Amino acid sequence: MADPADTPQPTGDNRPALALHVPEPKFRPGDQADFSDIDIGKAGAQPRPDESADPGDMKDFAYGLIRVLGEDDQAHGPWDPKLDPETLRTMLGHMALVRAFDERMFRGQRQGKTSFYMKCTGEEATSVAASMALASDDMVFPSYRQQGILIERGYPLIEMINQIYSNKGDKLKGRQLPIMYSSREHSFFSISGNLATQTPQAVGWAMASAIKGDSRIAATWVGEGSTAEGDFHSACTFATVYNAPVILNVINNQWAISSFSGFAGAERTTFAARALGYGLAGLRVDGNDALACYAAQQWAANRARANHGPTLIEFFTYRAEGHSTSDDPSGYRSAQEREEWPLGDPVNRLKKHLIAIGEWDEERQAEMDQRCAEEVKATTKEAEKNGILGHGLHHPFHTMFEDVFEELPWHLEEQAAQATRERQIKWPDHHPMDAAGLGRGK
Amino acid sequence: MSAQTETTADGVAEVTERRINMIEAINEALDVMLDRDPDVIVMGEDVGYFGGVFRCTAGLQEKHGKTRVFDTPISECGIIGVAVGMGAYGLRPVPEIQFADYIYPGLDQLISEAARLRYRSATDYIAPMTVRSPFGGGIFGGQTHSQSPEAIFTHVSGLKTVIPATPYDAKGLLISCIEDNDPVIFFEPKRIYNGPFSGFYDKPVEPWKKHKDSVVPEGYYKIPLGKARYVTEGEALTVLTYGTMVHVAEVVCAAKDVDAEILDLRTLVPLDIEAIEASVRKTGRCLIVHEATRTSGFGAELSALVTERCFYHLEAPVERVTGFDTPYPHSLEWAYFPGPVRIGEAIDKILGE
Repeated sequence: MADPADTPQPTGDNRPALALHVPEPKFRPGDQADFSDIDIGKAGAQPRPDESADPGDMKDFAYGLIRVLGEDDQAHGPWDPKLDPETLRTMLGHMALVRAFDERMFRGQRQGKTSFYMKCTGEEATSVAASMALASDDMVFPSYRQQGILIERGYPLIEMINQIYSNKGDKLKGRQLPIMYSSREHSFFSISGNLATQTPQAVGWAMASAIKGDSRIAATWVGEGSTAEGDFHSACTFATVYNAPVILNVINNQWAISSFSGFAGAERTTFAARALGYGLAGLRVDGNDALACYAAQQWAANRARANHGPTLIEFFTYRAEGHSTSDDPSGYRSAQEREEWPLGDPVNRLKKHLIAIGEWDEERQAEMDQRCAEEVKATTKEAEKNGILGHGLHHPFHTMFEDVFEELPWHLEEQAAQATRERQIKWPDHHPMDAAGLGRGK
Repeated sequence: MSAQTETTADGVAEVTERRINMIEAINEALDVMLDRDPDVIVMGEDVGYFGGVFRCTAGLQEKHGKTRVFDTPISECGIIGVAVGMGAYGLRPVPEIQFADYIYPGLDQLISEAARLRYRSATDYIAPMTVRSPFGGGIFGGQTHSQSPEAIFTHVSGLKTVIPATPYDAKGLLISCIEDNDPVIFFEPKRIYNGPFSGFYDKPVEPWKKHKDSVVPEGYYKIPLGKARYVTEGEALTVLTYGTMVHVAEVVCAAKDVDAEILDLRTLVPLDIEAIEASVRKTGRCLIVHEATRTSGFGAELSALVTERCFYHLEAPVERVTGFDTPYPHSLEWAYFPGPVRIGEAIDKILGE
């Protein structure tokens, strides 16, 4: 019998040739960015549904944009969380500190103090404001760009820097790539390099909380690029099947390294609209509007806490800087994009709002920025006493073999002894402060 | 050992031992742990109301409730992923993957997450979960109901891999796994769920009731992880094996009248290296038997360890009897299966006969 593949096409075949669509961003390096086609709607225009709303009645929220802060820098509409000025100043302070921290750590990487860093510039509201709307013991499952949560929850800056430097003060013992923080004390889950894995884990944590009749909820953050991972589909499915008390935050910052959001499906729909197919409540929010970020997270938290179920929130924002210290965005996108981005800068917008309501001024802002920069600088110096990457002040060799399992099995005991033996040959003139690593056995 | 008292026709009390099969033993282990620890959760595809496609979870949902034992969507990635999250909360999940052949969608969650969580968080978070999954061939399961993927897991730092070969071990080991604070892959050889398999596929299968290791205590007991079991003691050669192949190897050695020391490894990671070394140093000969494919299979690790650690005691090269390096075939199952002929030839070679 003839193999069909070997059969030639009949002559005169007039079927049209198929064409593959490969998405292309609107602007490449050298292009003038123009975002005028993005409909950002009007601040205050969106109604605020009841937190018990049926997802089927919320279709408009998946395609619109919840915005509170208007062009006039005033808060508008039913999503205004009506936070008192002191809370707004605290929010602004956290966001300013995150920005100062990012600046300093990026510079630290360039100075060779560590191997790697990732900024969240332009996205500070999506972690700081969202985190403020949660209880401090609600469990968060972040990606690598939510340092704002740690700062909002009061995690000591020095611990963050120790981790980034992988020094002897690093609570993760130098095992993790910089910025892959973990703090159980702050209900902040261990960050993994593998994208989107945290999303079903957050759902599982929320299911556990519901199984035990607890009152705590879970929230997870994932980039729009990572929503293409199978784990995200699993997370949405399990969240809805078990009505898990979880918030699935999608940070749509338009870029996944060099790939624009079209490669995650953004050319044809929104990420909030993904919620509809799962029967999840979906909200689409101005991610550079701290008040809208707070309000949406608060809505979803109230909904989860009252057993009304999970929510998917798309935060529409822009990744203002490169993906990481290993990335140069001028190689794939227009340098004007950041300036032209229609939703502006989240720190600046919150500042202008506080000034507009007579609760802040430029002098206090300058003073605060100065204070943040000095605090980060002083803490950096303090952390450097524990060492910087590759300068000898690290954890003892034996710690490399610990915590693989609860107890050290025989094969790891043998390998730990080998590493310690090799040390004498590799580094005979080891730094005296590093002596704790020598010959330590169990 | 548990015992039941029965009264015979002439009124004399007689002690009879309670015998169960491996499915019942696994079911009892889960039941015991669900009773003992309110944090134990059993979940997976069809495990809840229906009681599992192999009946391992029969009756558990009815007894312990729907929030302790429940059905899941068909998503191995989701099942393992939510189990990691439940472990981070403080629960002790026991997810089931219906066939080991279908564990692959959950591999990222197992390898990148569960296995590394304790290490990467420096003990902030742990993954005290036991993934149960039927594995192995000999049942005409074809390509996707027969695989033995244990080497994928033994290669991952941070995972423990456990494989029982008898009802007694299945219950005691599973209880240990559930109580263990590390993530464990618990592979259940489905060929021997109902009875030990001789490898002589054309002979009727004996039920567990006739095997000494089907005497299983009621209630709670544990078998420590990392300890091999001596199936037979002997002087002529050491056989390192696990799962279904324990029984095949035992029958072949008995039929050939070889004075073999058969070690049922029970736990592949952490491995009972002391028992292995002691036995091979005594016998000077080593045969490794597993169903899994040969290249980079767990047998290669065993062979390397034996060679490294017992080299000067070896009288013959270490031999491996394994599945062939092909996907598991359907019609040619008994040509593929590492049965009595292949084992017999290897024994003859090792013994120089």
